[in-house]
Amino acid sequence: MAADNVGGTESAHDTKQVLGTDDVRRAITRMAHEIIERNRGLDGVVLIGIHQGGVWLADSLASEIARIDARVPVGSVDASLYRDDIGLRPVAPGAVSDLSFDIDGATVVLVDDVLFTGRTVRAALDAVADYGRPRAVQLAVLVDRGHRELPIRPDFVGKNLPTSADEDVSATADGITIGTA
Amino acid sequence: MVPRRSLLTIDELGADGITRILELADHMAEVNRRPNPKVPALRGKTVCSVFFEDSTRTRLSFETAAKRLSADTMTFSVSQSSLNKGESLRDTIETIAAMGVDAFVIRHRSSGAPQMVTDWTTASVINAGDGWHAHPTQALLDAFTVRTTLARTGGFDGLRMAIVGDVKHSRVARSTIAAFRLLGAHVTVVAPRTLLPPDTGEQFADEVTDRLDEVIGGIDVLYLLRMQRERMNEALVPNLREYTTRFGLTAERAALLGPQVLIMHPGPMNRGVEIAVDPGELPGAVITQQVTNGIAVRMAVLFDLLGSGGLNPMNEGTNE
Repeated sequence: MAADNVGGTESAHDTKQVLGTDDVRRAITRMAHEIIERNRGLDGVVLIGIHQGGVWLADSLASEIARIDARVPVGSVDASLYRDDIGLRPVAPGAVSDLSFDIDGATVVLVDDVLFTGRTVRAALDAVADYGRPRAVQLAVLVDRGHRELPIRPDFVGKNLPTSADEDVSATADGITIGTA
Repeated sequence: MVPRRSLLTIDELGADGITRILELADHMAEVNRRPNPKVPALRGKTVCSVFFEDSTRTRLSFETAAKRLSADTMTFSVSQSSLNKGESLRDTIETIAAMGVDAFVIRHRSSGAPQMVTDWTTASVINAGDGWHAHPTQALLDAFTVRTTLARTGGFDGLRMAIVGDVKHSRVARSTIAAFRLLGAHVTVVAPRTLLPPDTGEQFADEVTDRLDEVIGGIDVLYLLRMQRERMNEALVPNLREYTTRFGLTAERAALLGPQVLIMHPGPMNRGVEIAVDPGELPGAVITQQVTNGIAVRMAVLFDLLGSGGLNPMNEGTNE
């Protein structure tokens, strides 16, 4: 397993690792604590991962939250049919939305891996609204890389990562890397 | 202006294209299961159905699909007799195109009519059935029904289907056979010789027979085609009772089918002819699911053609 290598290591394909496995694990643990703290417990809290990248993170956050306190419902939502760039570029939906629990009156924590322009989150907000009327929606992301194009701000952030707009950011349980396109 | 992509036949999709549509249809089926089965995906797009041959079911299915994607719909229906010359068809299409539509859904009694329409408009053209030629969305909904009912998301390798009846005059048969074989299924055509097309080589089906009882024991899917009464007047079958005895799903044959064998029909059924038992009493009958799935599959086709910027949606994902 990769150890802490926050200073950055060069690897193939011009990618730079900025967070290692342990950093990601610690960030998720901290976010789980913050979610419990902000909501003064877990009453009515549900996690919804945004396809594709947010689903593994929602699952990780849920198991961490369960380890600390209690189990919460976890679902996923695919926002591709709500995007604002349909018809402008190829759209290929990933896995099918899976929201088997009622979200009316719930506190929904939307989860995504990387927050960039904010357009995916906007689409996901519309998608979630088609399933019910949550009491509140909060946003948890592992990486906030800046360059927002909409007034959207995360409530829980694993890592703030300044990037240039043409870089690619990948965030998995194995670490966070920046690649130059 | 670059012409939009169209869907005219199954062959042009290939196995990858069929799989792409079926995966999209999984998403659409999820939308259809919600209390509010509507998404904004095709807001601002206009879909016009132009039916030169009556088919209320297919037209309603397409229009429901378009509405669930928030597209606007228009309908142009003509009786079979008033318009079927090429010149008039062209005038009709060009007139409607001038009103601004993004997709035409075309049903026409002449094979090749939708292909001709693609020359007269930059809008997408979806073949909703042309003559004896093709009915690609029926084939896709048939494939989607098998994929979902039998949990066959990885393709149809090893699946055995028998398709029974008037294959010669059936665009459904042509498209459905092609789709199932592209996905890897083994397809046996069962028909009287008079109802077979002239070209039944290996290109057409894996096996051809006129003995239903010899294949019925080893299949996963039994697909019954609609037997049209005018075939009897044309002397292609001696009489309908004889047809039912040899090719119909009778109570005796139904008893030979395992409960896991799917029974499919493109509708509308001729009860007492190709199907002489109540399909409601057959555990494997998925005929109503085919109708339900038609909406999800047609949503997938519309979104594939109108929602991907005219490009091949397989090339890229959506990375925010």
